[in-house]
Amino acid sequence: MDAAMPTLEVKGLRTHFFTKAGVVKAVDDVSFRVGRGEVLGLVGESGSGKSVTGFSVLGLVDPPGRIVEGSIRFAGRELVGIAERQWRDIRGAKIAMIFQDPMMTLNPVLRIDTQMVEAIRAHEPRIERAEAHRRCIAALGQVGIPSPEERLRAYPHQFSGGMRQRVAIAIALLNKPDLIIADEPTTALDVTIQAQILYEAQKLTRETGTALIWITHDLTVVAGLADRICVMYAGRIVEEGSVDEVLDNPLHPYTRGLIGSVPGRNKRGSPLYQIPGMTPSLIRLPRGCAFRERCREAVEACGEPQPIVHPAPGRAVRCCRCSRPGAVQ
Amino acid sequence: MLVFLIRRLSQSLVVLLVMSFLVFVGVFAIGDPVELLVSPDADQFERARVIRDLGLDRPLWEQYGVFLLQSLKGDLGNSFVFNQPALQLILERMPATLELAFAAVIIAIVIGIPLGMVAGLRPHAWYSRMIMSVSILGFSLPTFWVGLMMIMLFAVMLGWLPASGRGETVDLLGVPVSFLSEDGLRHLLLPAINLALFKVSLVIRLTRAGMRENMLMDYVKFAYAKGLSHGRVIFVHVLKNILVPIVTVVGLELGNVIAFAVVTESIFAWPGMGKLLIDSIYRLDRPIVVAYLMITVLMFILINLIVDILYSVLDPRVRIADVKS
Amino acid sequence: MSSTVETALPNAPVIADEPIPPPQTPFRRFVSDFLESKLAVLGLIVFAITLVIAVLAPWISPQNPYDLQQLDIMNGKLPPGAMDMDETMTFLLGTDDQGRDLLSGIFYGLRISLFVGVASAFISLLIGGALGLFSAYAGGRWDSFLMRVVDLQLSFPAILIALILLAVLGQGIDKVIVALVVTQWAYYARTVRGSALVERGKEYIEAAHCLALGTRRIIFRHLFPNCLPPLIVVVTMRIAYAIMLEATLSFLGIGLPITEPSLGLLIATGFEYMLSGYYWISFFPGVALLVTIVSINLVGDHMRDILNPRLQR
Repeated sequence: MDAAMPTLEVKGLRTHFFTKAGVVKAVDDVSFRVGRGEVLGLVGESGSGKSVTGFSVLGLVDPPGRIVEGSIRFAGRELVGIAERQWRDIRGAKIAMIFQDPMMTLNPVLRIDTQMVEAIRAHEPRIERAEAHRRCIAALGQVGIPSPEERLRAYPHQFSGGMRQRVAIAIALLNKPDLIIADEPTTALDVTIQAQILYEAQKLTRETGTALIWITHDLTVVAGLADRICVMYAGRIVEEGSVDEVLDNPLHPYTRGLIGSVPGRNKRGSPLYQIPGMTPSLIRLPRGCAFRERCREAVEACGEPQPIVHPAPGRAVRCCRCSRPGAVQ
Repeated sequence: MLVFLIRRLSQSLVVLLVMSFLVFVGVFAIGDPVELLVSPDADQFERARVIRDLGLDRPLWEQYGVFLLQSLKGDLGNSFVFNQPALQLILERMPATLELAFAAVIIAIVIGIPLGMVAGLRPHAWYSRMIMSVSILGFSLPTFWVGLMMIMLFAVMLGWLPASGRGETVDLLGVPVSFLSEDGLRHLLLPAINLALFKVSLVIRLTRAGMRENMLMDYVKFAYAKGLSHGRVIFVHVLKNILVPIVTVVGLELGNVIAFAVVTESIFAWPGMGKLLIDSIYRLDRPIVVAYLMITVLMFILINLIVDILYSVLDPRVRIADVKS
Repeated sequence: MSSTVETALPNAPVIADEPIPPPQTPFRRFVSDFLESKLAVLGLIVFAITLVIAVLAPWISPQNPYDLQQLDIMNGKLPPGAMDMDETMTFLLGTDDQGRDLLSGIFYGLRISLFVGVASAFISLLIGGALGLFSAYAGGRWDSFLMRVVDLQLSFPAILIALILLAVLGQGIDKVIVALVVTQWAYYARTVRGSALVERGKEYIEAAHCLALGTRRIIFRHLFPNCLPPLIVVVTMRIAYAIMLEATLSFLGIGLPITEPSLGLLIATGFEYMLSGYYWISFFPGVALLVTIVSINLVGDHMRDILNPRLQR
């Protein structure tokens, strides 16, 4: 793989759901790139389109949704529009995914070894049973599951939530993918287990050079994990930059709101900040900035479509007010 | 597993006792068999002798006690009409009923599961809608009327298949069965389809509902994300999950099918125990009615037990829960 | 940690506000959803027609099929469309062995079948529903006892219980209704208990308790209305089943007496003549029975789909 070529490059992606009530623009003109070994945090509220973005990259958008426009290039190869058969070769082998709820992602009636071996067999049909088993055991060991030989023969319900998520991660690792998309993998877990999983994830990207897209609504999670952050709002990326820059010097009023509403950053006793209002309907989005209604700094120009501006190298923001001189300190 | 079995067995025993009492008391009130067995011009003395012989003069609880003791020895009384042990009469006819019931369940599964899977995978396609509309028809059709129409069409008008009886039987392990001879199969076909009709709809609906629910589950999406093919996801992941409720319901329905065989057997003159029951109700042949009920109660309890065990084999979650409890 | 928990499925994005401006009452949405299925609407219309026929049977039937003065054995087993001996009357659907006009017989039969079905369903609903609510609300020993009884009852096929009961009780409309109620109450009890338990755990009931509302008021004004959706579906499907069960029992000759012929009995009468080619005596009453049951089931089936929260579109 060419070192300069990003592992994944998404450009102008639009994924829409054609429902009875109207067209839901779940993902609307999203562009980002992830390099080798890089961790990208995709942050936003419920319904901001971050999960759908993840599923789009795997070609797993369920009807009535579909990718209407844009390009997804994986290691230089265009994925939008390829046949199901080709998608299948990529899923699990080149791009793997981890889901939010470990209680739901493993099939309750199949043993762990069945669910692991089939993931290998799907891509290497001729692999020997013993060899497949050896790899499963190695993967389970890699994510810190004790006595993996025995655990292989267990059923998912015999594991705790945290252990199940480790199994899911081990399955994602089986075929040594170049990219893992993690869709809120720690949301359903206890805080202590969350920390362990985060630690494992970090270790893995360092050791294997796998790129990682970490989807979350929780800024504190990505703060210690990600290299870069994309903040999504109403199907669009409103701000992008390196973790430190975005957290220390947020440009978009929405990002500032998100950071402000994280408990612990405020002084003790002072009321927690809340972003006023609610997420807009994705069916009838306004022409201009979708955050305008909730924004304290909104001006006339916010009613117009917002261009992406680059106030500094490596930073991008979709807000007309940030293009004014002096917006970046 | 052993503890679980012992607990289930003792539960079953209680149910059996309760049912035996209900059955006995219930049937105790059926008509007056003396009227039937004694000629109208018999004198009082003759009547009293018959009543005494049949044990009808003793109090109810005593009769029940005798009945219970006797049934433990496998003696459920003699038929008033045939003057043979009722149990033997029932058991003689049981293979025919069981064969019919199993044939019906197999037909229901073989037709129902594939159709239900198709309808569940593409719920909005025209053929899925058609399958569902036909299945509504399936459980709205009065079984007995459909049986009549089948006889009219295939036996009377077309003359393809026989209208009644069991046909030639072949002994399989000492039990006479129809499905091994061509003539027997021809006789079995119409009644089995008739009995299966209602259950086909049930299996279609269960399968479809399970399909629709499971296809939305995260584990399906995760399976696809692993790069598995549609076939593997549907036939291994989803099917194994929906088989659990299907096996449970179909298993429990087996009892229902045996009971509903009463109707089918009456129409097709199938010589099973259901037909014997109806005939005995007309003839007020109390011991046979009691024997039939006791045997079916026993069968239901057994079926429930087997379904429970099967269920735990199929669903690992239950297996663990039982070991723990 | 942020308190928002991502629950939106990837294929069901959160839609913050409804696209249709006027606020929809649950009932209005139910009606609009219902009208969406042409089959269900057709079912409702057909069922309404059968209901009207059943109610008006004495006034719209060509003859009174049970007034022996009007019957003439010479008209027996006439095929559909034949005229009677005096050429004054046409038997649209033919006659039975007694020379009875089948169309009239079917009208009267529908009346009896529907009456038995609906009456038994409502009595079972009253008994089963009350027991179910009580069970859910009383909890503890009462609950487990009642549910044991329900389980026991439901593990035995309805037809078997009804058969034995009728064998004991004898024939008659009232006895058939009793037998049907005995076989059906448990379904209602279980359904009502199930949804009452679910609803009971919800916050609005807790809120009602906090407001110190009376138990009776909570049960009937708050709990019961919310248990209705699944119950409506069960009632519809059970009416259809009750009608079918009654027809089956009457067909077997242990349901209704010959003086009160339901559709099942008419079919049974035709059975003996069918092999000799007089198909219509069984055929037409069966069609009437089928149409009635299918129409009810079409309605019930679609209602189940729209009231199922898990398949909410």
